[in-house]
Amino acid sequence: MRSNTVGWLMLAPTIAILGVFGIIPFLYVLYVAFHQWNPFGASPDMIYNGANNFRRLVFDAEFLTSIAFTMKFAFFAVLSEIALGYLLAQLFMKEFPGRGFFRTIHTLPLIVAPIVVGSVWRLMTTPSIGIIPYLLRNWFGYDLNIGRDATTAFTLTVIMDIWHWTPLVTLTLLAALLALPKEPFEQAQIDGANRRQIFWHVTLPMIRPAILATVFIRLMDALRTVDEVWMLTSGGPGAATRYVGLHIWKIVFPKTDYGYGAAISVIVLYLTLVMCWLLYVALVARRQRKRTF
Amino acid sequence: MQGRNPLLYMALWLFLSLLTLFPIYWLFVISVKPAVDLFTTPSLFLDAIYWKNYVNVLGNETLRGYMLNSMIISSGNAVLVTVLAFMACYALSRFDLAGKENIFFWTITNRMAPAAVFLLPFFLLFTQIITFGDWKLYDTKIGMILLYCTFNLPFAIWTLRPTIDGIPKELDEAATVDGASTWQVIHEVIFPLARPGLAVTLILTWVFAWNEFLLAATLTSFNARTITTGLSEYVTTTGTEWGAMAAIAVITLIPALIIFAVVQRHIVAGLTFGAVKE
Repeated sequence: MRSNTVGWLMLAPTIAILGVFGIIPFLYVLYVAFHQWNPFGASPDMIYNGANNFRRLVFDAEFLTSIAFTMKFAFFAVLSEIALGYLLAQLFMKEFPGRGFFRTIHTLPLIVAPIVVGSVWRLMTTPSIGIIPYLLRNWFGYDLNIGRDATTAFTLTVIMDIWHWTPLVTLTLLAALLALPKEPFEQAQIDGANRRQIFWHVTLPMIRPAILATVFIRLMDALRTVDEVWMLTSGGPGAATRYVGLHIWKIVFPKTDYGYGAAISVIVLYLTLVMCWLLYVALVARRQRKRTF
Repeated sequence: MQGRNPLLYMALWLFLSLLTLFPIYWLFVISVKPAVDLFTTPSLFLDAIYWKNYVNVLGNETLRGYMLNSMIISSGNAVLVTVLAFMACYALSRFDLAGKENIFFWTITNRMAPAAVFLLPFFLLFTQIITFGDWKLYDTKIGMILLYCTFNLPFAIWTLRPTIDGIPKELDEAATVDGASTWQVIHEVIFPLARPGLAVTLILTWVFAWNEFLLAATLTSFNARTITTGLSEYVTTTGTEWGAMAAIAVITLIPALIIFAVVQRHIVAGLTFGAVKE
């Protein structure tokens, strides 16, 4: 067996860079979270105030609703992306003319910058000048107004996220489907299984790791979405789409309440961490069980 | 299933492509309209194309500089991230390192940080902590290349690891028995087999770096300012110049589009996320 020193040397640059740009800023944020600090306010000094920031956020209705909205957003967006991404990946498994071309077209949203995605969706959906409200009114007599209706605004942020990120899910699931061996499917067909049975008992268990890994990455990113939603709705109407990233932004920037913003960040980071950790355990546990068979 | 008409699939995809393309089409529509037309009743099709926005954008030397910066930063970051991720994944996959699964999980936690608060420590790091005499990381391309590793490197490690894990260990063992050094194993066995995965990692990290906005807006001012940030300058000034913004956005799509079209096949082959044949 080769010496592990080589292995550590190969990991070292990664650990060093992530250490400098990950751990140091995190420790700093953790430090600030235990202080009252408003550098542009009347008293610009950092004042130690123990766990007061954390105590405050437990009773902060705005923060709690923003967490609830973020969870709702992440749940609907990621679930739809997985379902839709799987269907589209299955469609791409068929042979048909122009498949490569359509695949490229389908990948396009992925390469649009989040800030551009938000801007375009805003221009398309703003009442009176947007094309979508105009068409909906002319074709279906439906009046779309994201500035007024909370549910519409929420739905629209979800639809925008689905538009932007389903391609990534399609690509990962397509890659997983393409890598599957053929024999279990042939065997199942010989045994007379119908399509639904094949899906539940053959396909799904085999691509489960890929699905979980995709959910993992998407969930993590959906929980910290800022630019897109900021451009589309600015968090409104009211606070209906003020997801937690935006909420932190509003505390830190217009209000310059750094201590409190840092405390919220730490909590959000831990919440994300716990959710992802649970998913990761599910993923790893599955892999290890497979190995013992 | 094979009996079904392929034309049906084509028709279905044509319809789906129209849905997918619509926002991008609309971006183009906005970019070729004079400002006054944006606020009239929208129409689905263009009756005249107004190229002035593109002329203005392409004629703007500052914006061309931003584009070059973006190109350098995202390419530098993508190459650095891919090389580091490749090394890290090889170490995680082939060596029996204590606590390596925890290190693997720890890398991804760097991608979870809510950006708004972390801007401040990054700013301090860039202006006060990492300084050598007068030289600071603030507003340098090197600074941005290194900083983008925080969210791109974890992503790269997570996408690449299944690919490296999927390369049978017997191959390295056979090569080692034949007298190959670690370097030769990597160079002659692992690298060629991991190529599709590396291509995907390279492209996706390139796109993420190219599109990043918040960090670039805070940590650059001119020398390292990127095009997405330049674009936002048109959004925030009094009375957003949608036409110019859209024109820049369309122009920034082109390089990414070209790269994506060229490597389309590899993308799917490389993104296996743990479903590699065993």
